Amino acid sequence: MNKIISNYIQDNKQGILDQWIDRTKEEADDRVVRLVSDRVFHATSKEFIDLIISNFKGSSEEYKEKLTDFAEKVVRLGWPLTFVTKGLHTFNSIVFEAMQKDEIIIPDNQMDFVIEFDRWAAPMSNEIVSIYSSTWERTVSLQKMALQELSAPLIPVFEGITVMPLVGTIDTDRAKQIMENLLKGAVKHRSEVVLIDITGVPVVDTMVAHHIIQAAEAVRLIGAKCMLVGIRPEIAQTIVNLGINLNQFTTKNNLKRGIEAALELTNKKIVSLEGAK
Amino acid sequence: MNIQSCITIINEWDIVAARQLGRNVAKELGFGTVDQARITTAISELARNIYLYAGKGQICIDKLSEGGKAGLQIKAVDSGPGIREIRQVMEDGFSTSGGLGAGLPGVKRLMDEFYIDSTPGQGTQIKATKWLR
Repeated sequence: MNKIISNYIQDNKQGILDQWIDRTKEEADDRVVRLVSDRVFHATSKEFIDLIISNFKGSSEEYKEKLTDFAEKVVRLGWPLTFVTKGLHTFNSIVFEAMQKDEIIIPDNQMDFVIEFDRWAAPMSNEIVSIYSSTWERTVSLQKMALQELSAPLIPVFEGITVMPLVGTIDTDRAKQIMENLLKGAVKHRSEVVLIDITGVPVVDTMVAHHIIQAAEAVRLIGAKCMLVGIRPEIAQTIVNLGINLNQFTTKNNLKRGIEAALELTNKKIVSLEGAK
Repeated sequence: MNIQSCITIINEWDIVAARQLGRNVAKELGFGTVDQARITTAISELARNIYLYAGKGQICIDKLSEGGKAGLQIKAVDSGPGIREIRQVMEDGFSTSGGLGAGLPGVKRLMDEFYIDSTPGQGTQIKATKWLR
């Protein structure tokens, strides 16, 4: 049974391939067609057919290796998963219909063929889906790590003055980290003034404001002063509209002003050297 | 003319997606940076409410045009627990989650028009509109 299918595919390779390419293109949406160049598409389709044939012929280990290679390649090419699984399905129905037409599959043995087709198609689509999802999981966890690395650094700039620049969206996880880093760092650097710079925070809603207020309160408890800098004009307006009370903060519109104020608070001053021209 | 696009809110990152969509539409319509910030902040509040209280819902951004005026409408729909006392949640400083309690009244102040409808046990629907001046 197995042999019949594989021989049939091998004998009619070109015909099936052409039909398959036409059908998949027809069914695929514009997004995919734009993404996939003709040449790559043809080459990959051919590779796919060879893979299917080797599924019937070669040892299972060899096949598995090839399948993994293929799936990884498709993932690298950035083909959507639905496109690939749909393609697999289309391939099956093309072969099945063609074999029906050539009267290799007749009503009497139809059921056996259906089962046979399913027996080899299922592990294949499973493998592809699992490689897809593991690749995504890897990407997501890597990005999460990358994000964490730039999450909330605390930078000492002068004795007693530290700056925490915040860039990007603040979610619950980051808010927690900000609080921890802020407190740990403020103690470690013996900060008297901590400046939180929100120039890079795109949206300050009530949750972000709430987290910043809590962090500042905690900083106050360990004996330092917290200053909020980098408030852009549009952010200032939305904060007023939202009715968020930031009265307990000293706020400045940029980091430069903030550092000047912080120096003043710690009784320091930056002076130009005489004769330095 | 009524063009709509929606984002389903399930996790915290969907809030960012909804915000991004709102910002793009606002930019397209020609809102200034201040109004863009107002709109994105309002979306952020509404989306976060869905995430926090309902667990799942939708944020839709509509382009409106009415009598020669162009505008943007945010629609937040969920089928969560609903709000028992709408008057109470519209008061500043009321929160059931330990937050600042400025969310909904804040959204009302950020936008030009605000409409809220909620049935306990069935869900909440909020529409907020900003007109282009």
